[in-house]
Amino acid sequence: MTAVIDARGLGKQYGRRWALTDCTLTIPPGHVVGLVGPNGAGKTTLISLATGMLTPTTGTIEVLGGRPADGPDQLAKVGYVAQDTPTYAGLSVEDHLRFGAHLNPGWDDQLARNRIRRLELDPKQKAGKLSGGQRAQLALTLAIAKRPELLILDEPIASLDPLARREFLQILMEAAAEHELSVVMSSHLVADLERVADYLIVLVGSRVQIAGEVDALLATHHVLTGPSREASSLPASQHVLTQSHTDRQSTFLVRGSEQLQDPLWSVGGLSLEDLVLAYMGSAKQSTTVLEGIR
Amino acid sequence: MIEFHLDTRSGIAPYLQLIQQVRQALRLGLLREGDQLPTVKDVSGALAINPNTVLKAYRELEYEGLAAARPGVGTFVTKTLTDESIAAHQGLSQDLLAWYRKARAAGLDLESIEAIFQRTVRSALLEETA
Repeated sequence: MTAVIDARGLGKQYGRRWALTDCTLTIPPGHVVGLVGPNGAGKTTLISLATGMLTPTTGTIEVLGGRPADGPDQLAKVGYVAQDTPTYAGLSVEDHLRFGAHLNPGWDDQLARNRIRRLELDPKQKAGKLSGGQRAQLALTLAIAKRPELLILDEPIASLDPLARREFLQILMEAAAEHELSVVMSSHLVADLERVADYLIVLVGSRVQIAGEVDALLATHHVLTGPSREASSLPASQHVLTQSHTDRQSTFLVRGSEQLQDPLWSVGGLSLEDLVLAYMGSAKQSTTVLEGIR
Repeated sequence: MIEFHLDTRSGIAPYLQLIQQVRQALRLGLLREGDQLPTVKDVSGALAINPNTVLKAYRELEYEGLAAARPGVGTFVTKTLTDESIAAHQGLSQDLLAWYRKARAAGLDLESIEAIFQRTVRSALLEETA
């Protein structure tokens, strides 16, 4: 099967600053991919490269087997909702639908109108008068109605209230199930992705820290607590991400190919949020170490 | 038809919660053989969860022989659990009720009663496996 996104040594430089560095990724189809990282980590840069809004400085990126935004066929395969779900404030909901129908050869008008009806949006209403949640729903409806194979969303729910967030994710997940869409969605909040993402990419400081299926990530990461000892005394199969010590006890967050079988240690699972935070924390530590060496 | 709900604070994986809710509904007689489970689309939409999570739960139920998928139609319950468990053991729930009343009369609150029940079941399980 063709990868949804296939990046090889991908990088983007602005002036002297690298917004994305040496990104190599293969995302299989049929997933809802969560792209997480703090603000300024490079999430929007990666998304802009995948949608063809930017061209790479180094490396290559293929989306559904083609070059991003390379001709009408490629454009039709990818739906894109930019940051803060922009719409045209002066145009009505109806205008947006007509616009969508004109610009997209695969436009599913019935689907678009059914959704607008279910959302109880007034077709004559100007988009500028809609609430934030309604505007996000309109942008999502347009992106779904073009019937893409892949839907890319940049921080779609960051500015929405909790109810509007939930409603947005409901529509998104329903569409993913109904049309067998692949979805890539960025967020700086892991909690937003916890229920919806089954594939995760953690991006910190312009680098991919880890990427993989959520189930596999959770199965290979553990919290070890036990009597105080050095990280170097752990078996080589356990890669330490974070550690903390008191005079009696050590706690390690580890990635391990096999689970530690030692009665001295209690081994616990961790939540997706803990896992992401550990990678964010260890990425910060390693940069300070590097700066210290310099 | 049943409706699923998710407890995000429970620490139990969402797909396991779905499985547990189907099993529970079967035991309580809310679901019987031939009943349809909500479609993957409906569950994903209602709970705002990944469709693959629902698929995984339904596949597991199929593997356990509790449900079967009919392509293009949906997933259906293939077994009724009530007769062999709850309803057939009316006496047991009456014993438990008597025990519960005794615990209440002794002045225990609901949390303590649940804790005693869980601790007893757990230690019995440990003895069985030892």
